[in-house]
Amino acid sequence: MGVGVVEAAIETHGLRRVFKTRKQVVEAVVGVDLTVRTGEIFGFLGPNGAGKTTTLRMLATLLPPSGGKARVAGCDLLTQPDRVRKRIGYVSQAGGSDYEVNGRFELTFQCRLYGMTRDAAAKRAAEIIEMLELEICADRPVKTYSGGQKRRLDIGLGLVHNPQLLFLDEPTTGLDPQSRARVWDEVRRMHDRGTTVFLTTHYLDEADALCDRIAIIDYGKIVAEGTPEELKRAVSGDVVTLTVAGPAKAALDVLEGQAYVREASIEEGSVRLYVDRGEVAMPAILRQLDAAGLQLLTIGLHRPSLDDVFLRKTGRSLREVAA
Amino acid sequence: MKLLRDTWLVFGRYFWIFIHNPAWVVIGVVQPLLYLILFAPLLKTIQSAPGFPKGGAYNVFVPGLLVQLGLFGAAGVGFSLIAELRMGVIERLRVTSVCRIALLLGRALRDVMSILVQSLILILLALPFGLSINVIGVVVVLALIALIGLLTASVAYTVALWTRSENSYAPIIFTATLPILLLSGVLLPLTLAPQWLRNIAAANPLSYAVDAARAVFLAHLGDPSVVKGVAIMAVLCFISIVIGARAFGRAVA
Repeated sequence: MGVGVVEAAIETHGLRRVFKTRKQVVEAVVGVDLTVRTGEIFGFLGPNGAGKTTTLRMLATLLPPSGGKARVAGCDLLTQPDRVRKRIGYVSQAGGSDYEVNGRFELTFQCRLYGMTRDAAAKRAAEIIEMLELEICADRPVKTYSGGQKRRLDIGLGLVHNPQLLFLDEPTTGLDPQSRARVWDEVRRMHDRGTTVFLTTHYLDEADALCDRIAIIDYGKIVAEGTPEELKRAVSGDVVTLTVAGPAKAALDVLEGQAYVREASIEEGSVRLYVDRGEVAMPAILRQLDAAGLQLLTIGLHRPSLDDVFLRKTGRSLREVAA
Repeated sequence: MKLLRDTWLVFGRYFWIFIHNPAWVVIGVVQPLLYLILFAPLLKTIQSAPGFPKGGAYNVFVPGLLVQLGLFGAAGVGFSLIAELRMGVIERLRVTSVCRIALLLGRALRDVMSILVQSLILILLALPFGLSINVIGVVVVLALIALIGLLTASVAYTVALWTRSENSYAPIIFTATLPILLLSGVLLPLTLAPQWLRNIAAANPLSYAVDAARAVFLAHLGDPSVVKGVAIMAVLCFISIVIGARAFGRAVA
């Protein structure tokens, strides 16, 4: 770290990963250039199969890159993986705790692996248990845990050595809303303590609510990077969604060529229009549909969401591909 | 130093898990007992057959049984590893700075430990039936069994890491162990076998381990077959640990 300049937590250049099977060569990550700043919550957003987990596993030293360079937590990923490992924590989608043993055992063992003495490990495990409010289940086998308890334990396992950078792979997938909110709270608390958090998600609201900055990955490439606000602002104008009685295609044909419509598409049976100014476009839309004899059922005006960002960048809706 | 500490930690983890599962402990003790009670009496009548080695039924039978224990006791250990792969445990351990050799060695040594305890129980139980062996002999034979167990466990874990699924692991392991076992003269000495069978057996490393174990039980500690058996097992053991540790270090998706 230079004087006065805080080094980026992660910096990658052309990071690539190719998987070879007997029949074909799959380019899972085509070339990722990323900068994650120290201390931020960085969201890695994309549909399943886009290369999120592969990128994460490369950055966490689990998978050797096929090409490119990366610095993680101030160390070179390729030449100093051991030093990277000491500074990062990683929580996979599967979690990482054995169902047959209890949470305290797993935490203590994890502490010992990071070089703590028996006493220090027991003390640190107790701290984590208290911090993540796992007291009621800490001494029971993991298989008896609720989804939320299990996820908190897994996160705890990634935190025992106070890493400066924590990777979370889809930390809230499969959790009920309450457990999800608890995980968000934990992530924010880590952030407040100065930990850099790199998380993947395919939930747009999660990226929007939790992350300082996000990158969107699709087909192994970064298609957008910035704060959620910046990205949404880049999709300038407003979004109008409407449905009509009868086929949506008929309405699309009427509206597509209009001067105030920058882009139009059909999403799940409704027409979606990107317009410069919603308040100008709305009356015109109503007039034109009326003139075409199409009965309007619903119409809505909203600011662009991250889904609109994704749609603009990839031509597909994230909700659609994630489903 | 780090290798020793990490191996000890990993050993401790799996030892803890093992002793907290009483079923395994009971099976471990009962199994050798069953062999002695249900199989050994058959040998009483067969030992007078032509070609049967000298030294009494138990001194011929128990060494083979011990080698079998070393092989079968470790052949199935990959199942637990596959379950752990699925739970993400191995991935979690690989992100820590733990030695990759320790990930293999720690758990393989835990497997060896239970094989040795079973072997010792078996030897002690066979003594009243007429087995004769001295203390040095016991030490040598246990070292040999430990090598067999370590070799088998390393290979089993490597196959588990390669296949990552019970459905591929089980056929591979069981298809491989059965001929290895039969061609080693574990059950009945190969001195009873026709020449062609003996020729095939000569290519089986485990048959040298069985020869070594039998020589020890016949109180021929200085016999060249003992050194040969131990040396072959030790070399194979080393190779399998190197390959296994690499498998632990490499990507496990």
